[in-house]
Amino acid sequence: MDPTSRAFKENAKEALKNENLQSALSQMKVGFIERRKAAAADIPEFEALRDQARDLKNHTLANLDHYLEIYEKNATEAGAIVHWARDAAEAREIILKICQDEDAKLVTKGKSMIAEEIALNEALEGAGIRALETDLGEYIVQLRQEPPSHIIAPAVHVLREEVEDAFREEHQHLDPDRPLTEPSNLLNEAREVLRTQYGQAQVGITGANFLIAESGSSVIVTNEGNGDLTQTMAKTHVVVASIEKVIPTLEDASSILRVLARSATGQEFSAYTTFSTGPKRSNDPDGPEKYHVVILDNGRSKLLGSEFQDALRCIRCGACMNHCPVYHAVGGHSYGWVYPGPIGSVLTPTFLGVDEAGHLPNASTACGRCEEVCPMRIPLPKMMRHYRVQEFEAGLAPPAVRAGLDVWGFFAKKPMLYRAASRIGSFVLRSMAGGKGRLASAPLASGWTTYRDLPAPTGSTFQDQWSARNGRRKPSANKQSAGIDA
Amino acid sequence: MSSRAMILGQIRSGLNAAGAPDRQDASALEARIAKKGRGIIPDRVNLDQEGLIDLFTRQAQKVNATVARVADDTAVPQAISDYLASENLPAAFKMAPHPELQSISWEHTPSVTVTEGISDESDVVGLSRGVCGVAETGTLFMGSGAESPITLNFLPETHIVLIRSSEVKGAYEDGWDMVRKRGMMPRAVNLITGPSRTGDIEQTIYLGAHGPRRLHIIMVDDS
Repeated sequence: MDPTSRAFKENAKEALKNENLQSALSQMKVGFIERRKAAAADIPEFEALRDQARDLKNHTLANLDHYLEIYEKNATEAGAIVHWARDAAEAREIILKICQDEDAKLVTKGKSMIAEEIALNEALEGAGIRALETDLGEYIVQLRQEPPSHIIAPAVHVLREEVEDAFREEHQHLDPDRPLTEPSNLLNEAREVLRTQYGQAQVGITGANFLIAESGSSVIVTNEGNGDLTQTMAKTHVVVASIEKVIPTLEDASSILRVLARSATGQEFSAYTTFSTGPKRSNDPDGPEKYHVVILDNGRSKLLGSEFQDALRCIRCGACMNHCPVYHAVGGHSYGWVYPGPIGSVLTPTFLGVDEAGHLPNASTACGRCEEVCPMRIPLPKMMRHYRVQEFEAGLAPPAVRAGLDVWGFFAKKPMLYRAASRIGSFVLRSMAGGKGRLASAPLASGWTTYRDLPAPTGSTFQDQWSARNGRRKPSANKQSAGIDA
Repeated sequence: MSSRAMILGQIRSGLNAAGAPDRQDASALEARIAKKGRGIIPDRVNLDQEGLIDLFTRQAQKVNATVARVADDTAVPQAISDYLASENLPAAFKMAPHPELQSISWEHTPSVTVTEGISDESDVVGLSRGVCGVAETGTLFMGSGAESPITLNFLPETHIVLIRSSEVKGAYEDGWDMVRKRGMMPRAVNLITGPSRTGDIEQTIYLGAHGPRRLHIIMVDDS
């Protein structure tokens, strides 16, 4: 897809006005949070499991080259054909060639964010090969000709009646008077329509949640069963996976799986976790005859050793966006590329550059909820701050922001002056507000006051209150500051 | 230079430039793999065998699977026949060509039609033999092969899986030990936890997405 991250502000404005989207988002921001909370509370070891998952992935990343080589050796021994792709173009080329060698007309696809990242569907369609998404959410967004808006719930922005519209338009061979008001109607219809396609496809393409070095296996974690039908029924199975998916052993996979579904959907475990090792063997009655794995770098190796290395711990559970107040307000499409939410605000500038995606790290309230819930404890707010610094240093911040920061910086470096100015500013705003305590407009604050009133300062400044208390916290404040994850 | 060499080279230079903390040599990493060390095992599986069976049953039911425990192999045909009747399903199923399933005396339950082989879209019910059950989350381990076609796990609307009560284990790691005990890693290992489901329409979970709509576990006592 062509990125529109540069237009984040305009995208966000449109999103806030879109009533259907706002209605869909209002549902998701409760459900995901409550379910994750319940799942985490249900297992006393959850926080220790998160620490363990973080450490395990840190160990793997520190030795990534070795583990990739061990994985490749074992996968090849099991009959896999392993390919390496430096970037999206090379990955597309490899996969297209495999499909053409198989004379593919139809390719079924399990849900894969890497396939989105390399814009695989467009490349296949461009070569006259039909790419059919089989995950229900992906199928819905494919019919609507839009990208997924969430990494685990691609159609989270779509209302039920919009799914009905898309199905009526696409499935014109079915009775136009059929009932489609119940979600179960829609589910059954998608099941029937897609069911006939798995066996007709020449190639089935899936992503991978993990690659296992020990056994040379690729792993998918799903609920619907479409990913398994995709990788079982076609003659050729192609796995597309990025370099950081490799982990050492089946035991390590078990450890990380214990935090994955709980963080993602709030399930204890997803319905299907499948470990695929090579193609069909001589005595196997079913399964794919050929099994390819495309290992994609696409800029990830450059993160190793950098301040962004920790982002490679991500297991794509979506918890950060499920808990993000900015995502809840503007939805996934506003971010303008494949990965939305807090992890997207870190990955998009990494893949597309700060120039294209500089707005995204700024679209954060720095509230820290993403880091609080991340099963791999990725310091997302810190990374967004790194990008803000980079954006500023590269001179990409708008002139008004730079000027404002210069003014603030001038005062901040002179504490006496800063305090005096704060007192004056506070007094002026309070006077302007009169008895109402709020301002409908204020100089230089139209960005705020166009949409809502600006609350006026109510008392003395923070510094004055701090000095009055001799710079000490109240005992109760100490208690409050103990974080959830302490 | 190949893409492979370039990618691995970039990984190495990035890690080395950062001082390569926690970097180990290949033999240490091979040794770590060979050790197959376990991480934290949830305390909930510290139970005796009956406790594990009970936990497995409750966890499987929590994710909408059903479990029937029977005394021995001779009780299996009737248990399946009763289940199919209770769900208003046809009294016919496709069975995995597993010797332990083949040795069951199906002919004593003439009302049920048994066929063998891989599944196609026409099968309404499939019967397979699981490797083991894991109590932690009510999860079945299935290993593909001549005796366990993978299509039976996904195509029939109703999937019935036979395991023995001694094969109920505590944690996933115990499941992997069971898989390894049988020899080489099967081409596909499916960890199945309840019937298929989706949350893709308005974030509400509905059962019966693309895989089976029902999962029924027959647990045969053998201890």
